[in-house]
Amino acid sequence: MILSDLALYKLVDGRRCSQRFGFVSDMSWSDRVWVVFALVCFLLGFGYSVYSLATGKFLMPRNTFFAICAGFLFQTIYLVVRGQEIGRCPITNRFEVIVFMTWSMVLIYLVIGPAYRLSLMGAFTAPVASALSIVAILMPPADTISAKIKVNPWLEAHTSFSMVACGAFALACVAGVMYLFQESQLKTRQPGSIFFRLPPITALSIANSRLLLLGFALLTIGLGTGFLIGARINWVQATWSILVWCVYGGILIARVRHAMAAKWVATLSIVAFSLLLGTFWGIRFISERPSF
Amino acid sequence: MNIFCFGISHQTANVEVRERFAIPDSALVDSLNRLAQMSSVNEGVLLSTCNRTEFYLVSQDAQLDIEPFIQDFYGTSGVGDLEHLFRLAAIPTVRHLFRVASGLESMVIGETEIFGQVKRAYETAAKFGTTGKILNRLFQKAFHVGKHVRSTTAITRGSISVGSVAVDLAHQIFGELSGCKIMILGAGDTSEKTARGFHSRGARQIFVSNRSHSRAVALAEAMEGRALRFDDWEGEFQDLDILVTSTAAPHAILTKEKLEPILRTRRDRPLFIIDLAIPRDVEPAVHYLDGVFVYDLDSLQVIAERKLDARKKEADACDGLIEKHVRDFETWLNRAAQTAIPPAAIELPRT
Repeated sequence: MILSDLALYKLVDGRRCSQRFGFVSDMSWSDRVWVVFALVCFLLGFGYSVYSLATGKFLMPRNTFFAICAGFLFQTIYLVVRGQEIGRCPITNRFEVIVFMTWSMVLIYLVIGPAYRLSLMGAFTAPVASALSIVAILMPPADTISAKIKVNPWLEAHTSFSMVACGAFALACVAGVMYLFQESQLKTRQPGSIFFRLPPITALSIANSRLLLLGFALLTIGLGTGFLIGARINWVQATWSILVWCVYGGILIARVRHAMAAKWVATLSIVAFSLLLGTFWGIRFISERPSF
Repeated sequence: MNIFCFGISHQTANVEVRERFAIPDSALVDSLNRLAQMSSVNEGVLLSTCNRTEFYLVSQDAQLDIEPFIQDFYGTSGVGDLEHLFRLAAIPTVRHLFRVASGLESMVIGETEIFGQVKRAYETAAKFGTTGKILNRLFQKAFHVGKHVRSTTAITRGSISVGSVAVDLAHQIFGELSGCKIMILGAGDTSEKTARGFHSRGARQIFVSNRSHSRAVALAEAMEGRALRFDDWEGEFQDLDILVTSTAAPHAILTKEKLEPILRTRRDRPLFIIDLAIPRDVEPAVHYLDGVFVYDLDSLQVIAERKLDARKKEADACDGLIEKHVRDFETWLNRAAQTAIPPAAIELPRT
């Protein structure tokens, strides 16, 4: 999937080439600055939500929503500029992958519906978007170099679908965190003021399931198109991608068959996404280790 | 022109004293008629609720005294002790009315019913012709202040009765209540109030079960629901969302062992149980099952008290807003006094 293809930016006509080669192009600071602007917006949205909750004042969550919208706009500008620069979907290095994943997550947040947008879901989405943007910006310069390569439509489809799937899984994770928060508030029998400003737990549970389903469908398409790229398959990454697909598939089957309570589905959507992020570098490291 | 407020409220007297001063709706027109005939009064509005009886007056007499006024109004038989009455003059009257309309003077701070009561009192007086330039302006301003305070502060936020807290929690669990299946087990007073709360918030699938079936039928009809025989309630449990229970059973009627097999078939939907019975109808261990939330009287009461505390804290912010409006009104009043037209005595509408 996505992560199996993180190394594909080094593939030119099916051959592997090194970043040390001379035909790579540097990503300019002027490109990166849009991501910094987006980060500032996400942090503002997050800060506003924290202030709103800490003071307990009756503030409108739509300010957080507007901040996230502005961040999304800056990210879109970056992706368009970068896409034109390299002549393909800008998912050619780790920096771009993380930005694209954050953009996908925010896109799904924006289209998920007003009931979620104008609740405190923004307050939960903004910190995740901020954290991912910080990780992207802190990437070492060597990793922000990409090659101009011949566009393979299957590769484009594969990476794009996989990245948007990751965005859906990220938002499912956010919905899962909110569900567990609401559930714990209800179990303590002393729900605070935040409890009454979050969406109903039933709605969060439905959102969590739908986002998992959406992510799973996109991931399936992403994986399917991955086999049509024509390049040599990296089996470490492919196996791991199929494993991720199986984990999410298992969660969905358990949900549909009522074999698992909503609380556990929410917990697993967090665990699965953490696993996905946590092994991001690990798997790539293993797959790129020189073999003897 | 001078503005006064004479009256009695829950803050100055207990219910036994207050009921001697109360003016029922049926006597309101007579009372306004009596007010109109008093030579010392130019304008007047009568506000009488279960917690207060207040006279808002405009008079040329700057020293208008409360005792002769009350004796004149209530007649020679009197109403007994006058020590519980309060008298406000000029700007404190304005401030008081703004606070009353905003719910800050109510027994339950922030309650909204008083706003409608003040409005009705004013409309009746206006219709009867006992209001004039000053009270018209004062009451219109009070309605504006009441709306402003409620919309910009958290004074009305959060339920403060056990029943409404339960309905709020259900709303926070299920969202729209129209699709929820609700069972009322035991048609006692508190569960009836809670059921009415659910009905008013859009719940349309209400089942009522009670040992006395006729009482269950009566409540079910009022809730546009369905009555169930007491022996049949467990049969409807399968796809239930909310259970309100308040039976007189001496032991728990809903146990973990009984509920666990049912829950296995409905894992994707939470079950909210409101246990209003003493002794409790639901075994405490049920609360710890996945997707089940049990709230008893004590836990609901704790939430209600916290909400009330939050409202009290919000009162300072409300006073700040009100003070600004009081100053605005004071400015208008001073300007009106400078361009004063000799007030006409109250004219009764010609019938």
